[in-house]
Amino acid sequence: MPEQPHEPGGAIAGTGMGGPMDLGASEAATLEEGAGGPTGAGPADKPRSLWSDAWRDLRRNPVFLLSALVIVFLVFVSLWPSAIASGSPLACDLAKSQDGPGPGAPFGYDGQGCNVYTRTVYGARTSVTVGVCATLGVALLGSVLGGLAGYYGGWWDALLSRATDIFFAIPVVLGGLVLLSVVTSNTVWPVIGFMVLLGWPQISRIARGSVITARQHDYVQAARALGASDSRILLRHIAPNAVAPVIVVATIALGTYISLEATLSYLGVGLRPPSVSWGIDISAASPYVRNAPHALLWPSGALAVTVLAFIMLGDAVRDALDPRLR
Amino acid sequence: MGRYVARRLLQMIPVFIGATLLIFLMVNVMGDPVAGLCGERACDPATTAQLKREFGLDQPLWRQYATYMGNVFAGDFGTAFNGQPVTELMAAAFPVTVRLTVVAVLFEIVIGIALGVVTGLRRGRPVDSGVLLGTLVVISVPTFVTGLLLQLLLGVQWGWIRPSVSPAAAFGELIVPGLVLASVSLAYVTRLTRTSIAENKRSDYVRTAVAKGLPRRRVVTRHLLRNSLIPVVTFIGTDIGALMGGAIVTERIFNIHGVGYQLYQGILRQNTQTVVGFVTVLVLVFLLANLLVDLLYAVLDPRIRYA
Amino acid sequence: MCGVRRVRRGACVLAAGLMLAGCGGSGGFGGAGVLTSSWGDPQNPLEPANTNEVQGGKVLGMIFRGLKKYDPRTGRAENMLAERISTPDSRTFTVTVKDGWRFSNGEPVTARSFVDAWNYGASLRNNQKNAYFFGYIEGYDRVHPAVGRQRADTLSGLRVTGPRTFTVRLGQKFAGFPDTLGYAAYAPLPRAFFTDHAAWLRAPVGNGPYRIASYTKGAAMTLKKWSGYPGPDPARNEGVTLLVYTDNNTAYTDVLAGNLDLVDDVPATQLKNVRTDLDGRYINTPAGILQTLAFPYYDPRWNTEGARKVRTGLSMAIDRAQITETIFRRTRTPATDWTSPVLGAAGGYQAGLCGHACAYDPAGARRLVREGGGIPGGRLKITYNADTGSHKQWVDAVCNSINNALRDDKACVGNPVGTFADFRNQIGQHKMTGPFRAGWQMDYPLIQNFLQPLYYTNASSNDGKWSDPRFDRLVDRANAETDRAASVRLFQEAEKVVRDNMAAIPLWYQNGSAGYSSRLSRVTLDPFSVPVYDQIKVG
Repeated sequence: MPEQPHEPGGAIAGTGMGGPMDLGASEAATLEEGAGGPTGAGPADKPRSLWSDAWRDLRRNPVFLLSALVIVFLVFVSLWPSAIASGSPLACDLAKSQDGPGPGAPFGYDGQGCNVYTRTVYGARTSVTVGVCATLGVALLGSVLGGLAGYYGGWWDALLSRATDIFFAIPVVLGGLVLLSVVTSNTVWPVIGFMVLLGWPQISRIARGSVITARQHDYVQAARALGASDSRILLRHIAPNAVAPVIVVATIALGTYISLEATLSYLGVGLRPPSVSWGIDISAASPYVRNAPHALLWPSGALAVTVLAFIMLGDAVRDALDPRLR
Repeated sequence: MGRYVARRLLQMIPVFIGATLLIFLMVNVMGDPVAGLCGERACDPATTAQLKREFGLDQPLWRQYATYMGNVFAGDFGTAFNGQPVTELMAAAFPVTVRLTVVAVLFEIVIGIALGVVTGLRRGRPVDSGVLLGTLVVISVPTFVTGLLLQLLLGVQWGWIRPSVSPAAAFGELIVPGLVLASVSLAYVTRLTRTSIAENKRSDYVRTAVAKGLPRRRVVTRHLLRNSLIPVVTFIGTDIGALMGGAIVTERIFNIHGVGYQLYQGILRQNTQTVVGFVTVLVLVFLLANLLVDLLYAVLDPRIRYA
Repeated sequence: MCGVRRVRRGACVLAAGLMLAGCGGSGGFGGAGVLTSSWGDPQNPLEPANTNEVQGGKVLGMIFRGLKKYDPRTGRAENMLAERISTPDSRTFTVTVKDGWRFSNGEPVTARSFVDAWNYGASLRNNQKNAYFFGYIEGYDRVHPAVGRQRADTLSGLRVTGPRTFTVRLGQKFAGFPDTLGYAAYAPLPRAFFTDHAAWLRAPVGNGPYRIASYTKGAAMTLKKWSGYPGPDPARNEGVTLLVYTDNNTAYTDVLAGNLDLVDDVPATQLKNVRTDLDGRYINTPAGILQTLAFPYYDPRWNTEGARKVRTGLSMAIDRAQITETIFRRTRTPATDWTSPVLGAAGGYQAGLCGHACAYDPAGARRLVREGGGIPGGRLKITYNADTGSHKQWVDAVCNSINNALRDDKACVGNPVGTFADFRNQIGQHKMTGPFRAGWQMDYPLIQNFLQPLYYTNASSNDGKWSDPRFDRLVDRANAETDRAASVRLFQEAEKVVRDNMAAIPLWYQNGSAGYSSRLSRVTLDPFSVPVYDQIKVG
């Protein structure tokens, strides 16, 4: 790490080094306006919130539109897989094991002789549900708890941080075998619940770190000096500035949750057969990558496209929330 | 500062007790470990009873825990089912895993942050898209496959490395396994750095620094990077423990006898002593890593202070 | 998606490259005349009566010789340390130990070496997992009672009658008893085993062609040829270094790279390319392992006349030929009886005993399942453990085969259980509701070993609690029969009772497989799928 710089540039790098508490209220207010303040910079008669600004930006962003299109398509496939794939994903003929593309099977067959195309299409529902729901759950729980810890600090932070320490230490294998083996339900919800339970500490840490940084910023100090309530400060001032790392981690985690579902199935505690998902197909095809890479390629590709769509979406949302871009 | 660290270290005690209790209970919930000890057939009832008595499994749970903790404080972490003391297993596994983790974290820091800075400064350019594509591949192709292919390519076809790591597991042998282990985390670090850099690029202090004619390199490393590192440091902090305990796949592919494997075996064989012992050490690693991260916050951003 | 496509092309290039890649070079750690071989960490301390899995068994096979030894080729029990084992009545056996045998620490092998070892193995307080092997010997119930404390320290059926002779009295007639004595649990033990047990465990001492030079738990064991070995089968190499691999796929890759000489149990995922990879240095030999699907007869729904038809129907719905060909690449052979080909016809193996009930016949399967009232519970759940072996693959294939035959996508599903311990637990607590994976690796090459422990009423491995008085009577008669051929015939009669009830569905006979480097020759596997190390030549 570089030493704390002593030349003038360094002082500027840490704006407000002297301690924000030195700032007078009026000065702080000016600063906030100058920074394009997240709290309604527009005319008083026509108040526009940061979030509506963001939405207006998003609608014009081609990256957002493209990713939204992909996501809509994924949702469509998840809801009506039979619309684009004929046959059953469970119809497998071992005689066709690892065969290449054939009529009705543009992606070929996997090790069990199942139609890779059909399975990839039918796997979308489970995988997208697991990925999106687990990510949303983790992101919400993690950022709320982490954000509060970062903002208030003190005993609440200590308690929460130590709780995350313990949660981090629970090996996924152990947690899965203990918590999921007692579940008999054959839906995705126990799996999602499990992922949220073990996943939130990471986002919580990230959110806590971001909030700790953001709460030092001048505009936050200014808002506080102006007498804004904690909830207002958190939602209006801190959240938009602290959300970027959370979005980044969450969009990548989405992909890893889809894979984690397969790990759990592999351990015998995830979704029970005859479930169909990308994760299960990826993990089944992985050992055979030398002989039948196509069986791995397509479900992996579907996973990659999904992650890409959400990464782009996250990028676009983040940009839209950054007032400095306007 | 000193008081803050002292307080944090004191917090380790309840966490230590809580974590061991939790893991102890979890392993216990899994059921009867003796059932799996006699292979494909059931142990005869007398042997089962005898084994349970010897492992202390016939005692009530609270007493098992109390006995275990008493032993732990006396430095005895119990024995694995194959008769090896758990401390011996730990002494064999942890040094190897620590080396592997160091290699992986170095990759995250050096490659991850470098790629993050480059892509953050050149958003939307080909290099950015290229790295994004790499990220997608790393996320969607399992570590198992990347590891396997690298092993075949570098180990068998080109003969650059040995496909398996020798029991000594020197740093040189751990480069490829470390890279494989770090691959997914690399994606996180790169994207986090990229986003932070892109965000802070437009900050006033950067503009000022550029305006007053500082060399670009200095602006990036001293001002831009330093202020962008907090989320990255947080992530790497949380990742250290995950890399240490969760390297099961990497350790298997490259035949590294480390923590991930011992822990996995211990869990599958429901060996409470092994699992609780290893997890306890991991909890301590998490605590220290997170303490370190919190202290780094103050170094990276002097506005953050600890009382 | 060009990134992903790149990966695919890479894989293809790789596969093609591997075919060309030579695999020369000297084997890693070996050294002159020493071969390196893949190994797994033994689950239990390396005591002969406490080792019930292959990895520990490998070592015991190298450092111990028992009264009998199973011929690696034919599987027949041949005298090794036994000069003579005689019996007037198939119940009392007089054993004479050959002269001149020693342990590698110089101590002579005497009758006492055996009797002390067997008493140790049987005694409840020593927690030996193979103790039940001594259950045939009189007095076992006092040394190792089913419940409560032991009332004696030694087996009353064992008596040392001279420096090299002892007698064994069994609890009942068992003509095949001498042939069981090649099993590792019956190995002799030196005094050091009893006087300084901890030291012995760190570096076990035996009387076999190898001695242990060093042992690092969890990593490696170095065995050196014992030059003073008095037996007829001295090692043809200078030593063996066993290296612990947590995944045999890595061991396989190391053989490809020339860092390892021998990998036994070639991973199923490599079988498609193993011949080209290793240029023919691959062996695939029948072993005494039979995979079956067992049923829970404690569940009344499975214990009916209709269920018998359903079981037969299910057996006919499994396309064994296709599965062994595609999933296992012929390292399994479709089973047509309930024993193993390694027994040989004289030993009781009878190809085709199962008849049409083990032949794939979808129409017949549908008819029988329908006649039997359909699958009990409506859906067939095949329970297996997910943590060891890749059972998921063949269970899925079996289910797909059944589904296709019964024309119902969801007639059969796999039911994975997270850990082996939990799987055994559920079996032990009678929680199975449908068929479950049952693998049987023979302890000694006798037809008795394939039938009695598995189907005799309340036998040690009769997990499904199947019971049929006709079977029990036939087994009792077979054991009492002194004429070997007549005994085998009676066991085959008993096997027909198993067949007529389809007590368990036989799936396939398992082979042992191994790949090796170009430095090695004369590599073979014995009927227990363990490499015959002492016969391997290096260089």
